[in-house]
This record gives sequence, C-alpha cells and structure tokens, in this order.
Amino acid sequence: MTAIAALLSSSIVQTVLVGAAILGAISGMLGAFAVLRRQSLLGDALSHAALPGVCLGFLIAGGRDLGSVMAGAFATGALAALIMMLIVRRTTLKTDAALGIVLSVFFAVGIVLLTVIQSEGGSGSLGLMTFLFGQAAAILRSDLWIMGGIGLAALMLVLALWKEFKLVSFDADFARAQGFPVTVLEAGLTVMVALAIVVGLQLVGVVLMVALLIAPAAAARQWTNSLGGMVLLSALIGAASGAGGALVSATTRGLATGPVVVLIATGIVVVSLLVAPGRGLLWQAAATRQARARISDGRVLATLQGFARMHDDAGYPSERGMLQVALGAKPPAARLASLESRGLIRSVMHPPETTPHWELTTAGHTEAAALSGQPGDTAKGGTE
Amino acid sequence: MIAAFFNSIPMMIVLTGVLTGISAALLGSFLILRGNAMLTDAISHSIVFGIIVVWLLTGQTSGPVQVLGAAITGVLTVVLSELLARSRLVKMDAAIGLVFPALFAAGVILISINARNVHLDVDSVLLGEIGFVWLNTVPLFGVNVPVAVATLGVVTVANLAFVLVFWKELKLATFDAGLAAALGFLPGILHYAILTLTSVTAVAAFDAVGAILFIAFVIVPPATAYLLTRRLWLMVVLAVVFSVAACVSGYFLALRWNVSIGGMMASMTGVWFALALLFAPAQGLIAQALRWRTERLDHDCRALVAHLFTHQDTPAMAEENTLRALVDHLRWTEPRARAAVLRAHDRDLIERRAGLLALRPKGKAEVEAIFGR
Repeated sequence: MTAIAALLSSSIVQTVLVGAAILGAISGMLGAFAVLRRQSLLGDALSHAALPGVCLGFLIAGGRDLGSVMAGAFATGALAALIMMLIVRRTTLKTDAALGIVLSVFFAVGIVLLTVIQSEGGSGSLGLMTFLFGQAAAILRSDLWIMGGIGLAALMLVLALWKEFKLVSFDADFARAQGFPVTVLEAGLTVMVALAIVVGLQLVGVVLMVALLIAPAAAARQWTNSLGGMVLLSALIGAASGAGGALVSATTRGLATGPVVVLIATGIVVVSLLVAPGRGLLWQAAATRQARARISDGRVLATLQGFARMHDDAGYPSERGMLQVALGAKPPAARLASLESRGLIRSVMHPPETTPHWELTTAGHTEAAALSGQPGDTAKGGTE
Repeated sequence: MIAAFFNSIPMMIVLTGVLTGISAALLGSFLILRGNAMLTDAISHSIVFGIIVVWLLTGQTSGPVQVLGAAITGVLTVVLSELLARSRLVKMDAAIGLVFPALFAAGVILISINARNVHLDVDSVLLGEIGFVWLNTVPLFGVNVPVAVATLGVVTVANLAFVLVFWKELKLATFDAGLAAALGFLPGILHYAILTLTSVTAVAAFDAVGAILFIAFVIVPPATAYLLTRRLWLMVVLAVVFSVAACVSGYFLALRWNVSIGGMMASMTGVWFALALLFAPAQGLIAQALRWRTERLDHDCRALVAHLFTHQDTPAMAEENTLRALVDHLRWTEPRARAAVLRAHDRDLIERRAGLLALRPKGKAEVEAIFGR
C-alpha cells in the first residue's frame, strides 16, 4: 500500500498518469464519432499511415521532439485520408481495398524511413521505436501542455459544432437536404480522427491505435442511447484505460504501454457487452428466458382452460399425462410450481387416481382468457 | 547448379519475397473483388497471438504445426468478428477493430513476458527478417533450402492448386454469391476456404515480411491489376507480375539505399499502384481528366450549334451569333468560348459568314438530331 502511495507521489509517475489519462480521454471522445459513422477501420488505416510522418518529423527535427513528430504524423495521416478519398471516388475499387492500400503502403514507407533513422544511429532512435507500441513513460512534463492544448482544442470544436456533428453522424442525407455543408463537416470529423490518432500514438503506438479509438466508444455505446452520454462515457473509459495501462507498464519492466492499455479497454468492452442494462448479452439471454417462460405458462393455462370448457367444469382437475399429451411435452415442474405460487393454478388430488392433478383458479381463468384474447367465463367461477 | 542457386543469399531473399508475393496475390485478387480486403488486416495482426501461443505450447517457431496452429487464430478472428457483429451490439467494422487489436496486444504481451527465451522479438513480429531467411535451412533432396523458402513454396503450390481447381466456383461465388448458393456451390465454405488459406499464407510469410507488410502483398498488387483490366484471369496474372516486379526492384533499391528489404518491397507495390492510378488507360486519373475535357468540349459544341440555330434568321441574329454573345449571354469564359468555336469549326459544324457564326449543313444535321426533328 505504502509502495503504491510512494509511487503515486513521484512526479514522473504523476506526469505519466496525467498524460496517459488525457490521451485516452481525447481518443475516447473523438472515437465515439468514428464508431457511430462506421469509420472504425479508417482509424486503423490512418494510424498506420502516421508512421512515415512520425519518422519524417523525427528526421527533420533531428530527435524525438513531440511537436514535429505530431505535425508529421498529422500530415501523412491527412495525406492518406485524401488519397483514400481519391481512390474511392475516382476508381471502382471498394472502400476496404482503398483502406488496405493506404494502410499497408504508408506503413511500408514508414518502415523504410525507420531503417534510415536507425542506420543514421541517432541517440534518440530508441525513442522512435516506442511509437510502434507506445510508451507512456516517455511522456515529459512539457509534453503535457501540448497534449492538454490539443485536447482542449478538440473539446471546443466538438462543443461548438455539436449539433452539426450529431446530425451528420446519424443522418447525413437529411443534413445535406437541410443545407448543412456535409462534406466540410465530414472532412472535419475525419480530421478529428486523425488528431485523436496523432495524440494517442505516444500511448499505444501506431499498430494498436485503432483499439484506443474504437474500444472506449464501443463500450460506452452499450450503456447509453444519448450521444452526449456516449461521448462523455467514452472519454472516461479512454482515460481510465490509459491511466491503468500506464501504471501497469510503468511498474513492470519491459512491458510496452500500448498492449496493456488495449487489453484493459478490451476488458471493459467485454464486460459492457455482457452486462450493459437492457442491451448486454446476459440481459438478452434473460429476456429470451423470460419470454420462453411466459409463452410456456400461457400454453399451460390455455390447455387447462380448454379441458375445463370441454368438460363444462371450471374446476376440472387435469392430470399431468393429459397436459403432456396436449402440450406435446412434459410441462416443466418449475413452471407449474411458479404458476401455483402466483395463484393461477392449484394442485389437487383426484381419488382414486394417485398422480398429481391441477385445476385453474379464478385468477387463472381470467389470465388464460386474457392471454387467448377470448371473453373470460369467470361467471361460472373456479372453486374457491 | 541447383545447390549454387540455393546457396546464393540474394537469390534466396528475392525468392522468398517472390513466393510471398505470388501466394498473396493469388488470394488477394479474390479478397479485393469480394470486398474482404480488410479481413486480411485483421488476420495478419492476430496470427501474432497464434504464433506465440503455439510456440509456448510446442516450442516450435516454424514447421507445419506452427503454420496450421497459428492459422487457426486468423480464422478465429474472422469468426469472432462476425459473431460479434451478428449480436448487433456493434457494427462489423467496429467488431473487426475490437477483436484483432486485442489478440495482437495479447500476443505482444506474451512475447514481452517471455522475451528472455524467445528468439521472436517485437520488431521482427512487425517487420520480418527477410534479410536473414538464409540462416535457417532444411535439407531437401540433398540441397540445403531455407525453411522460409520451403514453407512458402508449399503454400504457393497449395494456393495455386486451390485457385486453378476451384476457378469456376471462385468466379461465380465472387461475382454472384446468390446464384452460386442457388446452384449448390456453397459460397460460405469457399469464403472460409479463402480466409483459411490467407491465414496459412500469412503465417508462412510472417518470418519473411512480418505481420503488416504482408497486407501490402495481398491487397496492393491485385488492386493495381484491377485498375488495368476487367478480365479475372488477366487480373490474377497481372497481380502476380506486379508482385514479382515489386520484390525484385525492392530488393535492389533496398541494397542501394541500405534500408529495410521487406519495407522496400512493399513500398514498391505502392509505386506500381500509384503509376496505375495515374496512367491506367481507361480508369487512370489522367485518362479520366482527358475524357472529361473532351466530353465538355463536345457538349459545348452542341450548345453552340443549338444557340446559333435558335437565333438564326431572327432580328437578334447579328447580336447573338457571335463569339461575344457566348461570353456575355451564355456566361462562358473567353477561352472556353474560343475552344468551342474552334472545335465546332474543326468538325465542320459552323463557318464564319459575313462576320457572324453560321451553321454548316453538318451543324444543321446535329441541331436537328438534338431537337429531334
């Protein structure tokens, strides 16, 4: 406990944690729009395409200078987005092919540039490899200002264009019909995705950046149906994954930050997919179970009522075997017990037979009639 | 002679690249046409997890067990993504983007944890070590053949056999999956067969070019070929040719500039694509721009003769049937108007008569065609 407290009070660790949380929050916030607009894989392509920019920024600045590396990453990311748009609009190649081309070719050029840097053997070339998988520990206190600035700018832009972004994300055709400059807004959103990638590179690296973009948003989507809630929650999950990953990798030797962050975020997604209220897989399973039980109960009640009518006796005791023949399967004991506990049927004996029999109560008759949509014959009444 | 070939380091490096390129391009052509290109991205990332897990279980980093074991991860990624998308909790693109980074991240962490006793390191996972393929050899028919070459050779033959044997079925399932299903060709099985072979190829190529550069070999050469032809067999052949050309040129450029060989080979596939994108005879950007220009000029000619015809023999004729009117009334720019008049003149549609533009018989016929008389 005291070890953790001591760790947290270290100013280097504080810097790393704050930085990782800011990066995660920005990526989470902007990723929400990418996920809603089904552009998750665009994020993947742009993040791989940022590698040559990172290398160029490194070569031009002659070292690991955050500003020039980010500018380079942003420039090649934007170039990749433009080329992708050109391929999709001007050729018959499909979007997925365009994404794959941009992703792999830019990355290949990045690898070539990486070897150029390594052969020049600058002192900081080791720091460059961290851009492949991220290393939160490399975040400096001065970097925090740049990250905070970009985060604030992105936040202001999202708030200022909230209504427009919302409309374009959900119904671009309607937005166009209303006279909004949809192309400009879409380009704006793509630029924001590129920005999120540039910022997140330090934390998770180019290869895994897509997960930091998608996972928080996909998790947040399960918990809420409102855009505001989703963006906020996505930012929080991103920040938590970032800070958590930074803490784990800073305390374990030789563990890159990116994979840890991604696994934490993926864990949150899995939990969300399972338990998110009303939407999660467990809820879906429970709802299916309930619906099955309701239908099964209804069939038991209707069958009992059918027998009662057939014999013109509202309190007609039906034997289990009769129910089995009528339903085509043995009514599960649990369902019969549940119906009995709800006061809809009553277990009775019918001497001289020794097997259990059931009859409908008054409430059972009413319920069965309501389910079958026929007027109830409660007038005759069950045996009270 | 043969031994000398297999002992030559440059030959082995180029051959590894070429075999990777051929086996990838054969499958890539169909992946591109089927709109599944990004599944390659998912597969090639997530096999990293499979490779390290198989290594932890069996201690092997190459060989049939490794190839098949790791390939299962690739297919599993696709199945998981499709299941996730089918739950309708997330869309397909997000499902892909959730599954493969998670597996990749798990793979990288496993490598980091076992870093001391694995000769796999994170860099070679991403980039491959094509320059060192000749170090690890296996004796075949009395000749020492690099393991990567042997594995990739088998995979290339398997892919080629698959494509040749199922050519008709692949073609049908790719272009009309509904008809293929109706005729009983099981397009679903074919879909998974392609993806399984892609996974196997990715694992086999992994040592040589790494997880990400493999994507370039699968997607880019077939996409380049697709810009040049509309015939499937020619597309596949061209894709293979571009792959081979990229490997050979990439190797020599990499030596010359002293950079990553795999990276340069993959970059060269991008160069061919850029050239095709610009210069392809029918679909290239330049051909498109030229066609657009000609079409606009022809359209202007039609507008010009229609304009002349409308005002012919009317009081406004002296004012309207001039170059000036095209600029002032039709709001054309001066160069556009001049070009249209020149073009119409060249095509013998109009002539200059008494300082005015007038229709020639051919121009009149064109106008009548336009107005439907």
